[in-house]
Amino acid sequence: MSATAPSSPPVIVLDNLVKFFGRFAAIRGISGEFAAGRLYVVLGDNGAGKSTLLRVIAGLTEPSQGSFTLLGAKKVREVAYRVGYMGHAPLLYDELSGMENLRYFAGLYGIHDDEVARQAMLNVGLDPDLSRRVGQYSQGMRQRLSLARAVLHDPELMLLDEPFSNVDVHSAHDMAAVLGRVRDQGKTIFVVTHQAQLMEGVADEFVHMAAGQIVDRQEVARKGAAAEPALRSAP
Amino acid sequence: MTTLALTRATLMKDLCMEWRSKDAINSMLFFALLVVVIFSFAFNPTAEESRQIAGGLIWVAFLFAAVVALNQTWARELRNQVLDAYRVSPAPPNALFLAKTVGNFLFVVVLECLMAPLFVIFYELRSVGPVWQLIVVALLGTWALVVNGTFFAALSIRTRSREIMLPLILFPISIPALLGMVDATTSILTGEASPDFWIKLLAVYDIVFTSICLMLFETVLNAE
Repeated sequence: MSATAPSSPPVIVLDNLVKFFGRFAAIRGISGEFAAGRLYVVLGDNGAGKSTLLRVIAGLTEPSQGSFTLLGAKKVREVAYRVGYMGHAPLLYDELSGMENLRYFAGLYGIHDDEVARQAMLNVGLDPDLSRRVGQYSQGMRQRLSLARAVLHDPELMLLDEPFSNVDVHSAHDMAAVLGRVRDQGKTIFVVTHQAQLMEGVADEFVHMAAGQIVDRQEVARKGAAAEPALRSAP
Repeated sequence: MTTLALTRATLMKDLCMEWRSKDAINSMLFFALLVVVIFSFAFNPTAEESRQIAGGLIWVAFLFAAVVALNQTWARELRNQVLDAYRVSPAPPNALFLAKTVGNFLFVVVLECLMAPLFVIFYELRSVGPVWQLIVVALLGTWALVVNGTFFAALSIRTRSREIMLPLILFPISIPALLGMVDATTSILTGEASPDFWIKLLAVYDIVFTSICLMLFETVLNAE
């Protein structure tokens, strides 16, 4: 079951993780190891426990039973600098512009260089000079900005929950290609999605979940790195 | 990044958002204005009677108005689940708490500055004691309200009826502070007694509850 590459220590080690919400078990005894520098695509029906697993790994919710290590640490807070999380919701302030949002979130990671935020926006195809508030963005633009927020501190591990929802097919393919290139730079990426076909060219492994458990892990042969430098600009 | 620098960054972000939306300040202002006008119709007191009851009237108005703002403090962080972005970051939780508390403090102080002339006009208030003491009481009393209010607003953000929960938790725990504010204000306005004891009580209350809130905030922030 383990897919750990022999050369690198696992980035995530899950040991019998269980998460209850009341009497409902959202995840039921998940164990496994996940190696560095790979792109994992987590698939499963609604309610399979994908988002809950990601939230547990991100440190947003405590497991009811079991334990896990993240980048060698028992506490997520110790390695928070090295982890990027993109939630199902955009995690952005509607009242601020894209740059104002990124500037604030960069500050949380001790980054005060505006160029980092500008580059993060350009990387996802957004104009850093756009003064429009995020509340007036389209869903797709919010999603792109949310991705920029999650990765602007250049994390080693990225946890992305439904990054392609509400994004048009063309942009979604571009985003998938960007993720592939980021993985090629040695980052580890977890993508929860219902759109498996988007990740077929870039994923290293498909992790199938059902009823709160990992039921299958499929390694895939990679077709090669994506070529485009960045996403196309959004309107 | 230090806690102080992050507090400042978060405070500036909150002030910018409030400047654009004016959600908190508008609702507080209208609420306090209504209380002042309705009380003036209900009581119609003489100048001397006003001095006796004004301490209670003023602080009741500010307390209820502050609750309106406090309820909105965390609402912004819940929209789009932005609080999760802070929780996954390495930023210290206390920076968030301090920024929210200072922000609320500034909002309520602005409200007090705007409402004070109206109280003077509607209730013909003239202070017999020194006015600077009123300012000290106002600052200490406002901090007492907002530090607990911000903390308990955070505690109740995951409850379904948080607008009701906040006053239910906040008002009982604020009784010692409220007593201090009302008695100190009345003492200064009438000049009949020294407000020193009440001012010291407020100062101690502020130190104790600020310390407790700072110690417990991380637990509250990560509570499920």
